Amino acid sequence: MTMAACRRSPGRLPLSHSPTAIEHEHNPALQHHFADMDQQKKAAALGMWLFLATEIMFFGGMFCAYLVYRYWYYNEFAAGSRSLDLKWGTINTAVLICSSLTVALSVRAAQLGKRKLLVILLLLTLLFGLVFLGIKGIEWKSKFEEHHVPGVAFNVNDIMHEYPQIPIDPQHAQVFFSLYFAMTGLHALHMIIGVGLFTFIAYYAYKGRYGPGYYTPLENAGLYWHFVDIIWIYLFPLLYLIDRKPLR
Amino acid sequence: MSTAATISAEREHYLNKGYGIRSWLFTTDHKRIALLYLVTITFFFFVGGILALLIRLELLTPAGDLVQADTYNKLFSEHGQVMVFFFLIPSIPAVLGNFLVPLMIGAKDLAFPRINLLSWYLLVIAGIIMLHAMMVGGVDTGWTFYTPFSTAFSHTSVVEAGISIFIAGFSSILTGLNFVVTIHRMRAPGMTWSRLPLFIWAHYATSIIQLLGTPVLAITLLLVVFERVFKLGIFDPIRGGDPLLFQHLFWFYSHPAVYIMILPAMGVMNEIITCFSRKRIFGYSFVAMSSIAIAVFGFLVWAHHMFVAGISLYSALIFSLLSYSVAVPSAIKVFNWTATMYKGSITYSTPLLYALGFIGLFTMGGMTGLYLASLGIDVHVTDTYFVIAHFHYIMVGGAVMGYLGGMHYWWPKISGRMYPESWGRLAALIVFIGFNLTFFPQFVMGYLGMPRRYWQYPAEFQVLNVLSTAGATILAVGYLLPMVYFLWSMRYGKIADANPWNAVGLEWMTESPPPTFNFDETPEVTWEAYDYGRVPPQPREVAVEP
Amino acid sequence: MDRLATLLSPLWPVEASTYAGNVDALMIFLLVVTGLVTIGIFILILVFATRYRRRPGHEPLQIEGSTLLEITWSAVPLFIFLIFFTWGALIFFQERTPPRGSAEIYVVGKQWMWKLQHEGGQREINELHIPVNRDVRLIMTSQDVIHSFYVPAFRIKQDVVPGRYSYTWFHATRPGIYHLFCAEYCGTMHSGMIGDVVVMEPAQYEAWLSGGGATGSLATTGQAIFQQLACNTCHRSDTQGRGPNLAGLFGKPVVLEDGRTVIANEDYIRESILNPAAKVVSGFKPIMPTFQGMVSEEQLNALLAYIKSLSQPPASVAQTPNLQSPGHEQQKPKVQ
Repeated sequence: MTMAACRRSPGRLPLSHSPTAIEHEHNPALQHHFADMDQQKKAAALGMWLFLATEIMFFGGMFCAYLVYRYWYYNEFAAGSRSLDLKWGTINTAVLICSSLTVALSVRAAQLGKRKLLVILLLLTLLFGLVFLGIKGIEWKSKFEEHHVPGVAFNVNDIMHEYPQIPIDPQHAQVFFSLYFAMTGLHALHMIIGVGLFTFIAYYAYKGRYGPGYYTPLENAGLYWHFVDIIWIYLFPLLYLIDRKPLR
Repeated sequence: MSTAATISAEREHYLNKGYGIRSWLFTTDHKRIALLYLVTITFFFFVGGILALLIRLELLTPAGDLVQADTYNKLFSEHGQVMVFFFLIPSIPAVLGNFLVPLMIGAKDLAFPRINLLSWYLLVIAGIIMLHAMMVGGVDTGWTFYTPFSTAFSHTSVVEAGISIFIAGFSSILTGLNFVVTIHRMRAPGMTWSRLPLFIWAHYATSIIQLLGTPVLAITLLLVVFERVFKLGIFDPIRGGDPLLFQHLFWFYSHPAVYIMILPAMGVMNEIITCFSRKRIFGYSFVAMSSIAIAVFGFLVWAHHMFVAGISLYSALIFSLLSYSVAVPSAIKVFNWTATMYKGSITYSTPLLYALGFIGLFTMGGMTGLYLASLGIDVHVTDTYFVIAHFHYIMVGGAVMGYLGGMHYWWPKISGRMYPESWGRLAALIVFIGFNLTFFPQFVMGYLGMPRRYWQYPAEFQVLNVLSTAGATILAVGYLLPMVYFLWSMRYGKIADANPWNAVGLEWMTESPPPTFNFDETPEVTWEAYDYGRVPPQPREVAVEP
Repeated sequence: MDRLATLLSPLWPVEASTYAGNVDALMIFLLVVTGLVTIGIFILILVFATRYRRRPGHEPLQIEGSTLLEITWSAVPLFIFLIFFTWGALIFFQERTPPRGSAEIYVVGKQWMWKLQHEGGQREINELHIPVNRDVRLIMTSQDVIHSFYVPAFRIKQDVVPGRYSYTWFHATRPGIYHLFCAEYCGTMHSGMIGDVVVMEPAQYEAWLSGGGATGSLATTGQAIFQQLACNTCHRSDTQGRGPNLAGLFGKPVVLEDGRTVIANEDYIRESILNPAAKVVSGFKPIMPTFQGMVSEEQLNALLAYIKSLSQPPASVAQTPNLQSPGHEQQKPKVQ
C-alpha cells in the first residue's frame, strides 16, 4: 500500500499519548486492519491469553479424571507413582524451570535490543526443551520395558510384589498408567509444538526481526512456553510425588 | 431489473475485488470467509437433512422395513453429529458473525484474519474426515458417544468421527477467540460497550462458551479415541474405569454447546425486531446481561442430562435447581422482545416473520425445558421423543429460524441484492407449518412412552409418527425455497442500496455490498444502540493526513 | 388423575402405579401454567403485531425500558420455577426411596434382552410377572453396555450401568400388561430390547409362581455357588476364617483397613467379589482372589441374595463374633 493510501485511521481515541503515535510511517510489522502497533500488540496478547485459557480447559478434563480416580484408587496411584523415576522427573522439572528463565531473559534481551544475547538465550531454551523431551523418552522407554504401558502387555506384578502388604488391583493400576501416559504424552506434544515455535522465533531473531520496537511474537510464544512449563509443574507432584514417604 | 454487470462495473467491493479460486481460497477478508462458510454449512445442512428424511421415512411404519437396524442407528448418529458440529455450531457465528462483527463495531476486519481462514479450513478438513467416516463404516454411537458402547462395543468408525469432531472443535475455538479479541480491542471510536448492538453481546457470550467449553469436548473425545485404540481403561468398567465419568465430561461441553447454538439466534432477533418495529430495544442492559448470564449459568447445569444415569439424589437436586435458574434470562429476553413491539410501527417483512416464528417456537421449546428440569417428570420423559421434540423446537424452531431470518435481513448487505419478498414470506410460513407438524406430535409420543433411537416401535405410535413424517416433507420444501430464490436473486434480484431497511447500525452505513475494508473512513459513534428515535447523524469521519 | 388419563387416551399413557398419578398431576399443572403463559405471550404478540402495524400518522413510542417490569418478570417466573422444582423434587424423593419390605427382583440387562430373577428362583426373559399392590424393588446391573429400564405406565426409568448396581421401585395398582422398554441406546437391537410387565391379581400370581420350573430360591442357588466356588473355606461361620464372617453383614457398617467405614450394601458385596483388593476389612489380609470372569451377573445376584439371607435382626457390626452361623438359615416360605 502506498503511503497516501495508507491512512492512519485511529481505532481508538485519543492516541496522541501512545508511544507509537509518533510514527506516521508505520512499522513494517503493522498489519493493516489494525489502527496502530499498540492495538496490534494488545490484540495479540489478549489472543494468546485466551488461547492459554482454552488449554487450561483442555488439560483440565484430564486433571478431573485424575482427581476422581486418585480418590477412588489411592493405593494403586501411590504405588504407580512410586514406580516412576524420581531422579529423571526432578531433573526434568529443573530443566523446564531453567528454560522458562531463558525465555523470560530473552524477552528482556529483545526489549534492550541485544540481538546476540537474544539468540543465545533462545538457543539455550531450545536445548533445554530438547533435553526435556529426551529424558521423557528415556522414562517412557523404561516404562515400556517394565510392562507398565496399558494394553495387552500390561503387567504390574513387580509393583504388587514390592508392596505385598498393600492391596493393589491391576485394573486400577492400569488406570493410573493410562492417565500417566495421556497426561505426559499430551504435555510432550505441547513441548514439541513449543520447540517448533521457538525454532522459528530463534531464526527470526537471528535475522534481526525483533527489537525494542517489535517483539510481540516472542513475547506471546514465551507465554505459551511458560504455560507448558506450569502444566508440568502441576504434573510433576501429581504424578511423581503422590506418596514418597518411607513405607511403614 | 438491472443485471450484474451494472453493479460491478461501477464500484469495487469485496465480491468483485479479485476473481478466481485463489482469491477465495486464500482470502483473509472476513466477508469472503463468511461466504466460504455459507457454502460449507449449507452443504452439511443438506447432508444432515437427507439423513433426517431417511429417518422419518423409516419411521412411517412400526416395523423396520426401509433400512436395517444397524443402518438406522448410523442414520440418527450421523444426523446428530453432522447437524450439531457441522451446521448448528458454526452457522450463525461463522456466517453472520464473521460477516457482521467487524462491520457492526466499525472495524476493518477481525483481529486475526489468517486464523479466521484457518478456522474455515479446519471445518472443511473435519468435514471431509466425517464424510469419509460416514461412507466407510459409518458411526452408530449416537452423537453422544456413550461409553462403554463407543469404546469397546461399536464396530463402526468411531475413531475417525472422534478425530473429525476434535478438529471441528478447534475451528469453533478459534472463531470464538477471534470474536472476543475483536470485540475487546477493535471497536470504533465512541463505540462503548453500552452502545454495542445486542448481536455483538450475544456473539461475545457465545464466544466465551466456545473458548471455555469446547476444549473439554476435545480432550474427552481424545480419551475415547485413545481408549479405543490403545485399550486403556478410563471409561470402561471392565478395565477399572467409570462410564459416568465420560458422561460428566461430555455433557460439561455439550450442554453449554446448546447455548452456543441459540445465543447467536437471539442476537439476530434483537436486530430484526427493533428494525421492523422502528423502536429501540426494551431493556437493553437487561438483554445484554441475560446473554452473559446464560453463558455463565449454562456451565452449571450439565448433569440434568444424567438424572436417571446413576447420579446421587443430592446432585440431582442441585442440578435441577440450577437448570431452572438458567431459564430465567431466556424468559427475560422473550418478554423484552414482546415489549419492544409494544407501540411500535411494525412491518411484516420476511425477517420479522421469522422472528415472530422464533419467539413462538423458542418459547414452546423453552417451556418444555422446564418440564425436563423437573426431576419427577424427567424420569418419565428423558430418553423419549419428548426430549427430541424439546431440543428440535429450540434448535430448529429457534436457531434455524433465527439463522434464516438473519440471512434474509442481511442478504442485501451481503449480496447487494434483494430477495423476492413474497417468496420469502411464503417460505417462512411453510417452514413454520411444516415444523410444528413435524415436532409437536413428538411431544405426545414422548409422554406416551416412545423411546428415542428406536428403529422399530409398537404399532400404537404409528399415527403420530406418520404426522411427524408428513410435517418433515413440508419442512423440507420450506428449506429448499430460500436456497432457490437466494441464488436467483444474485443474478436477477433488485439491486439493494446501502440501507434498504432504514435500519440503525454501522453495517448499514457502508455500501451494499461493502468494500473490502468495510468503511471508506473509520466511523465515530455518537449515538446509542437502536436509536430509532431519530435519524442517525452522518458518521463523523476521523481522517488524519499521512 | 386416573380418570383424566383414561379420558385423554390414546394421547395419554395409562397410569398403573402409585407413582404415575403423582407424575401426571405435576404434568397437568405444568401444562396448565406453561400453556397459559405461552398462549398469553402469543396473544400479546398477535395483538401488538396487528394493533401497532405500520400506518401513516402512527409514530412508534421509544421506550428505553422499565426496571420495575424487568424485576417483576424475572422474580415471578423464578418463583413459579421454584414451585415446579419443589414439586418435582418431592416426587423424585419418593421415586428414590423404596419402602422397607419391598419384594426384590434382580434385573440383568444385556445386548439385547432383559433377564429377571425373582427371589423365589423364577427366571424370566423380557417378561416380568409381579403381583398388584405390592412394593417391588429392582436391583439392576448390565452385563455389557449401558441400558435403561423403562416402564411408561409406571412412569419409572433407571439406567442400568455395567460395573455397578442401580435401583428403582414401584407399586403397581392395576392388573394388566404394560410395555417394558430399553431407553438407553445400546446397539443394533436397542429397539428390540422390549418386553412386558405383567401385573397380576394375587391369586393369579400365586398360580404363576408355583407353575414355573424354579429350582429353589435365589438364595439357595447362591448358597450352592458359595460352596461351589469354595467361598466357605475362608468365610467361615466362626472367627477363625481367613475372611470375615458374612452372617449379619448385609446393610451394616464395615471398618476397612485404611480406617474408612462403609456400609455393606449391594455394591460393596459385588465389588468385594470382583475387586477384593479395593476394600479390605480391618484386621484381615488382602489375600482374597478376584472372581472377575468366573461369575456371571446372574450368579452374582444369587450370591447377593444368599448373603442377604444371612442377615438377621437386631443390628450388629459384622466383626462381632457371637452371631448365628450361616448354616442357621431363616426359613423362607417355599412355594413349590
